[in-house]
Amino acid sequence: MNLSDFILTLPILVLLAWALLLLVVDLWVPKGRKGIVAALAALGLAVTIGVTLSQAGNGGLAFQNMIMADGFAVYLNVLYLVSGLVVIALSHDYLKRMNLERGEFYPLMFLSIAGMMLVTQAYNLIMVFLALEFLSIPLYVLAGLARERPESEESSLKYFLLGTFSSAFVLYGIALIFGATATTGLSEIIASVQEGAVNLPIFLAGAALMLVGFAFKLAAVPFHEWAPDVYQGAPTPVASFMAVAVKTAGVAVLLRVFLTAFPTLAAEMAPLGWGIAALTMLVGNILAIAQTNLKRLLAYSSISHGGYLLMAFVAYGNPQVAGQAVAAMLFYLLAYTLTTFGAWAVVISVEQADYQGLELEDYAGLGLKYPWLGVAMLVFMLSLTGIPLTMGFWGKLFLFRAAVDAGYVELALIGLLSSLISAYYYLRVVVMMFMRSGEPRIRRDGWLSLVAVGSALAVVGLSLLPNQILQMAAQAILSLQ
Amino acid sequence: MIFGLHPLLLVTFLPLVGFLIILFLKAEQKNAIRWTALLTSLATFGASLAMLAQFDPARGDLQLVYRTSWLRVGGISIDFYLGVDGLSILLVLLTTFLTPIAILSTWSAVEERVKGFMAFFLLLETGMLGVFLALDLVLFYIFWEFTLVPMYFLIGVWGGERRVYAAVKFFLFTMFGSLLMLLAILVMGLQAGSFAWNDLLAQRQLFAQTQLWLFLAFALAFAIKVPMFPLHTWLPDAHVEAPTAGSVILAGVLLKMGGYGFLRFNLPFFPEASLQAAPYMAVLAVIGILYGAAVSLMQKDVKKLVAYSSVSHLGFVMLGIFAFTQQGLAGGVLQMINHGLSTGALFLIVGMLYERRHTREMSAYGGIWKVMPILGALTLIVMLSSAGLPGLNGFVGEFTILLGAFGSQVLNSPYFAGAATIGVILAAVYLLVMFERVFLGPVRVEANLSLKDLNAREVITLLPVLVLIFWIGLYPAPFFDLINPSVERLVALVQSMAVLAIH
Repeated sequence: MNLSDFILTLPILVLLAWALLLLVVDLWVPKGRKGIVAALAALGLAVTIGVTLSQAGNGGLAFQNMIMADGFAVYLNVLYLVSGLVVIALSHDYLKRMNLERGEFYPLMFLSIAGMMLVTQAYNLIMVFLALEFLSIPLYVLAGLARERPESEESSLKYFLLGTFSSAFVLYGIALIFGATATTGLSEIIASVQEGAVNLPIFLAGAALMLVGFAFKLAAVPFHEWAPDVYQGAPTPVASFMAVAVKTAGVAVLLRVFLTAFPTLAAEMAPLGWGIAALTMLVGNILAIAQTNLKRLLAYSSISHGGYLLMAFVAYGNPQVAGQAVAAMLFYLLAYTLTTFGAWAVVISVEQADYQGLELEDYAGLGLKYPWLGVAMLVFMLSLTGIPLTMGFWGKLFLFRAAVDAGYVELALIGLLSSLISAYYYLRVVVMMFMRSGEPRIRRDGWLSLVAVGSALAVVGLSLLPNQILQMAAQAILSLQ
Repeated sequence: MIFGLHPLLLVTFLPLVGFLIILFLKAEQKNAIRWTALLTSLATFGASLAMLAQFDPARGDLQLVYRTSWLRVGGISIDFYLGVDGLSILLVLLTTFLTPIAILSTWSAVEERVKGFMAFFLLLETGMLGVFLALDLVLFYIFWEFTLVPMYFLIGVWGGERRVYAAVKFFLFTMFGSLLMLLAILVMGLQAGSFAWNDLLAQRQLFAQTQLWLFLAFALAFAIKVPMFPLHTWLPDAHVEAPTAGSVILAGVLLKMGGYGFLRFNLPFFPEASLQAAPYMAVLAVIGILYGAAVSLMQKDVKKLVAYSSVSHLGFVMLGIFAFTQQGLAGGVLQMINHGLSTGALFLIVGMLYERRHTREMSAYGGIWKVMPILGALTLIVMLSSAGLPGLNGFVGEFTILLGAFGSQVLNSPYFAGAATIGVILAAVYLLVMFERVFLGPVRVEANLSLKDLNAREVITLLPVLVLIFWIGLYPAPFFDLINPSVERLVALVQSMAVLAIH
């Protein structure tokens, strides 16, 4: 251990220290003035973003090759931290309204974000496992935050049981890989593969088990069953955090481990990935049609978006295409983050204090009575469908491009047809908002409106200048390869 | 350059200026909103005339090209690339011409949510113009897909009783086709390393093996839009439920995007596949002509009748295109304009009647000529133009198409044109029957006695269309002069393939 280890992991350390600080400060902040804690939490995230960005140029390995700092991590870490900021904006009023203002909320979120940053930077399978647990355990608690509601408890318990189940898969996979290669370091694994000292069947089984474990985190079909129930029962801002940040972390760890340690298994993994991607896109979208509860609808929608991401992941084995595919995924994650948070902000605006207002009927006439909120939601629905002049369109275009480039035209076709299915249920929300009359009630809160309208503007505005963001994403993957 | 701006940029994005102004107006300022929309669309029409002035009809190639790099994906550039030639210039003019007319027709018909209506209308205009001008395939797709959104709202919010069903059906049908087109665009772009139209054209040998699939993917998107039998089922629903102005633009311009797509992409990119597909496409076109006409004969609702007549008329356009002769193609382009004018005007007339009586059942009318002589006279002309009476525009287009289809070596059979001719007769029958039931005879319903004839605004709405109906009918040469050079290039390209295919 030396100084450079600490410098390279400084953002995570700052975040952890700030989490502890918040926990203490909260004790002295009286009820009714919890805004101070929220502001302090936001400041902490802003500082961490600054520290992260200041490290954009210099990277390297830290703590005996356990942790990697590179452009890939910077891009994603900023995404997690910004997600955290958005979640603060979404939860501040919500927690007050639902009487959930507990001191541990923000610190737990900080710990989970620190786990996400670690999992993105993990360069050793042991580290991967520890970080996955580190990001998940605070979320089990957050899902059960509304502990007097049985739904919230159910959500927490379900998430916990299935989360440990998936961790077991990852751990078993790690054990097999260690058995096959006699190491857990990502770069040592590939070195030992190149030396030819690997028991291939065991190695392959280990990698497949890890893929299954990650698929759980990503809520990919057939490991998706938990997502709708957990999202529905969890406090809505927590659900949005899970839908965005946890999925992003799942993609990050998938890319990190498979691109660094298992590039040689690409041919064997491709059919598995292909199947999971196709199933996830189709099943997620088809099941979403039947939903009338917005939280469940967005849950299935987020499942299907995981499928689109996996579609590009299938292309990773082709070295000419891998870089493009990863850049496309990073771009898509940004588009997905903006769009999904916006949509959840609208859901939180419409949700009532008694947990009502989540059904599709509650949106009748929303666009007519509250045009700003309605148009913002329209933008999100179009972006999730992939209609042009939204970030979602470019994101999908780049993903499909990567799949076609890698020769998976059939998979792209499945993806395109499943986005046709998705158009149907996203349009149902639009129909409700603009083509039915009703008396919608919303919660007026400046922060919520800011997230909704700001995301909508970003989704449309950035779609006019996609080049800059795409170049940024392309820069971020350079060091990965 | 006009005011320092490239003419095509000006034409495409001028409606957006009006859109932005309207966004900042209050919803209660209905008249200000209406005037903003009207003046913007008139200014766009003016800009498109300026574009015409700079256009050299003698050249058949792309002109007034504007190209700037937009983004690069994995070494392939996606450009903001616009240009115009003889295939597209009349469609651009048709769009800018019909939009102010459609806006004028809503003056008293749309009273609720005027702000949203006009905002979407101007967005739609930019989208449509972009479709006709875009030369980068990704850009084309963006404009193409974007037109869905405003039209979806125009039908879904301001439409009739079953508007939501019709709007969703319209959206999903069109999106189904265009998604496959997107896949084909990606496959082609990645193979050729460019999404620009002329690069892909130059490298079309690359797609020689896969061209049948690519042809089908593009054709599906365009055939749904045209719409060709049996993909037309969304059209009657959309037309009947859409507000008048929406129907005018839908029939007048949006459907033409399909025909234009065939001309711009399918024929030049995949000439062999086009030749292979020609007999099948022609059979579907003829079925469309006869089926559309037969169904029109059976309608009791005037608007449905006009909607189905569109299926029939656009069958002619498709027959002309897939005849692969100079006359057939030129007639196809002109017939798209003609259909936009006559059917647009018919929808305007239906809208005027509906505004007065709130019904479209023909049985509710009868003897209207006696009460509304001006409308009667104008309708007679429009109806005869749609039926293809010599001296009016419809005749010129249909006759040229039939000529082209008879002389076609590719179709190589007189039966196509022969069967299509029956469609011309049927058109005369259903249009005359419609005219007789609505306008002639005694006034049977008492409520019709007090109907007011057209006011000045309504006459001004119809008059420009009538001028063009006569102009094209009596002296079509200037229009053919615009179309022909580009069509000649297209024919030469396809025929060079045809020679290879036949020998």
